[in-house]
Amino acid sequence: MAGPVIAGLAGNVLPLIGTDAIGRLLAWPGLGGAVRLSVVTGVVSTLCAVAISLAIVAALQGGRRFGLLMHALSPLLALPHAAAALGLAFLIAPSGWIVRLLSPWATGWATPPDLLILNDPGGIALTLGLVVKEVPFLLLMLLAALPQADATRRMMLTQSLGYGRVSGWLLAVLPAVWPQLRLPVYAVLGYAMTSVDMGVILGPSLPPPLSVQVAAWMMHPDLSWRGPAAAAALLQLGLVLVVLGIARLAERPLARVGRHWAESGLRRQGLDRIATPLATATALAVVVLVAGGMLGMVLWSVAGLWPFPDALPAPLTLATWTRAAPSLTATATATLAIAILSTGAALALCLGCLEAETRFGLAPGTAAMGLLYLPLIVPQTAFVPGLQVMVLAVGAADTVPAVAAAHLVFVLPYVFLSLAPPWRAWDRRIAVVAAALGASEARTFWHLRLPMLLRPVLTAAAVGMAVSVGQYLPTLLIGGGRITTLTSEAVALASGGNRRIIGAYAVLQMLLPAAGFLLALAVPTLAFRHRRGMRAA
Amino acid sequence: MTGLLLDHLRVTKDGTALVNLDLAVAPGEVVTIMGPSGSGKSTALAAILGVLGPEFRLSGRILLDGEDVTPLPTRARRIGLLFQDDILFPHLSVGSNLAFALPSRIRGRSARRQVVETALDQAGLPGYADRDPATLSGGQRARVALMRALLAEPHALLLDEPFSRLDADLRTRIRAFVLDQIRARGLPAILVTHDREDALATGGRILDPLGRAVASPVSAPGSARPSTRQAFDFPSG
Repeated sequence: MAGPVIAGLAGNVLPLIGTDAIGRLLAWPGLGGAVRLSVVTGVVSTLCAVAISLAIVAALQGGRRFGLLMHALSPLLALPHAAAALGLAFLIAPSGWIVRLLSPWATGWATPPDLLILNDPGGIALTLGLVVKEVPFLLLMLLAALPQADATRRMMLTQSLGYGRVSGWLLAVLPAVWPQLRLPVYAVLGYAMTSVDMGVILGPSLPPPLSVQVAAWMMHPDLSWRGPAAAAALLQLGLVLVVLGIARLAERPLARVGRHWAESGLRRQGLDRIATPLATATALAVVVLVAGGMLGMVLWSVAGLWPFPDALPAPLTLATWTRAAPSLTATATATLAIAILSTGAALALCLGCLEAETRFGLAPGTAAMGLLYLPLIVPQTAFVPGLQVMVLAVGAADTVPAVAAAHLVFVLPYVFLSLAPPWRAWDRRIAVVAAALGASEARTFWHLRLPMLLRPVLTAAAVGMAVSVGQYLPTLLIGGGRITTLTSEAVALASGGNRRIIGAYAVLQMLLPAAGFLLALAVPTLAFRHRRGMRAA
Repeated sequence: MTGLLLDHLRVTKDGTALVNLDLAVAPGEVVTIMGPSGSGKSTALAAILGVLGPEFRLSGRILLDGEDVTPLPTRARRIGLLFQDDILFPHLSVGSNLAFALPSRIRGRSARRQVVETALDQAGLPGYADRDPATLSGGQRARVALMRALLAEPHALLLDEPFSRLDADLRTRIRAFVLDQIRARGLPAILVTHDREDALATGGRILDPLGRAVASPVSAPGSARPSTRQAFDFPSG
């Protein structure tokens, strides 16, 4: 995975040499504001998302509410960033649902207030959007890391020593979990500092976040703007690396604080009384903001008349869907084709890689895992334009396979991260028994390992589909505007303000990944309905 | 059929010998390799089966019916295996588990089905072909696992504590069933166990992984090798 990233970076940087690109970038008056906005929203949203996820797991894990909460949060993972942002935008906009529910009885407003809540210059809406989208991801990564950290027994131990839940978790479990959480957190940080689609929908416009400006310059009809765009993308990469470096360096002093706390013997049981209700409330807020936004999108897509400040539209109509049906169908088909191509390729590569690992007893090290995460951490704006240059050079621009290939760079890591743990946990003795029965390695793979791992394989495929459906910048740049997906269309429509058609696109954006996950649940359940030993754990 | 011959089979790890066996197992004979956990029993098993990890060094040869199988992969050795857990494939029916083992040279759906049905009859499980393995009792699963190993037409059989998960009454019956099948088919077999009763039931030789005969079967269970311990506990001088 390092290949496309490095090649893309090179393709982006090399044309810069000997041009006035850097000078033009520095001459742009919005540069300082754009940089500040990108760094502040990225860092603040990541800090909040990490703190909220840690608080939720520390305060609630093992409790009754935790299971319910996870059931409510996990579907949010499948939601493309753009769809979540569009939903959130509808909730918090001056004419959005929250204001509608409070008007006119509490606010006295009969028309939408002239407030800049959405696209605020401080980037608060953007930060909020990033937080609600990243909390479910970090929670899932945390949950996956807990068993290896022996969390349950450590929690029993610290509590038997009189520590509160939260303090016991922070002191005894977090240090063991952190090494596995580091790369996901870096991925979140890299994404938050450089996301284009969320920036377009929720971020301010004068100046916009740096990433949005890069994308705008990239798509500018005047090709000479590509120089400053590449220079700005490089600046972004530098900013991300500096922030990641600071995050790495901050670990040591933070660990020292933790050690002092541990040595002080302070039990801090009182922390639970504050953290538990706070964590519950935040988790609920995340669920309500995302789910509420999506419900709003569904309603808009079938809304007839919905004047302010009515809380609900009346009448409901399918007019939007029927009117937009041709373009919706075409876009959804292209989206699906790209998702299937990129996920199919990713699945084949991952299965081949894992099977080779099993057969030849290879074990990937930390460095390999770092490489795998590279496309998730390096800003898309820094290397996707370089990929675009390469695609143009081979004459494959604006084709479905080219877009799918660009998606593969981002789909593959997620498919691998999803598939590798269950694959490696498969009972190796089954392969030994099969070999003793005379079965070849190929037979063991096709007849035993693959069917027994059908559930995780399909789940990984659903994850890959969701990642592909959610891609914005690769679609925009490699597709060149001629290949559009639900996400690129929805983001393009976002500025137009036709909420009915935005709603329809957002609903499809949500339905496509959801259908994938439903299939991943249903197919194994159906296929193994007479096999008790194959039920989901 | 000349049986299974371990010709100066020696396995070392970091210079320490874990297995040292020079042994001929005649057709129908069951030799027991016994010792506490960590004594190299599983290493011996892995060596004969051909699944040793790269950290081990193997010397000597394994001959099956006169053929040197040491360089062959597990799937070509024709050495069957019964694990401690039955390891039935959970996604396949009982019949499909057995059909998986059946050589592909037996062709045709009905012919293969016939062999599977006969095997189930022999195991006292007539009509069980379409059952889900997860719905079988421990004893039934153990019998299916044995029939599966036998249907692959092995020329020798390795038994890795195959009775240890069964309760006392069932254990006696399953053990008798397995031993009868081995004798009836004239298979050389090696039983790996830490259980003295299982070892004695085979009526054959009992060795430790380093090839030494284990103390006489007449001594009571639990008093195994007290003399050795004492020799170490009270050094002379």
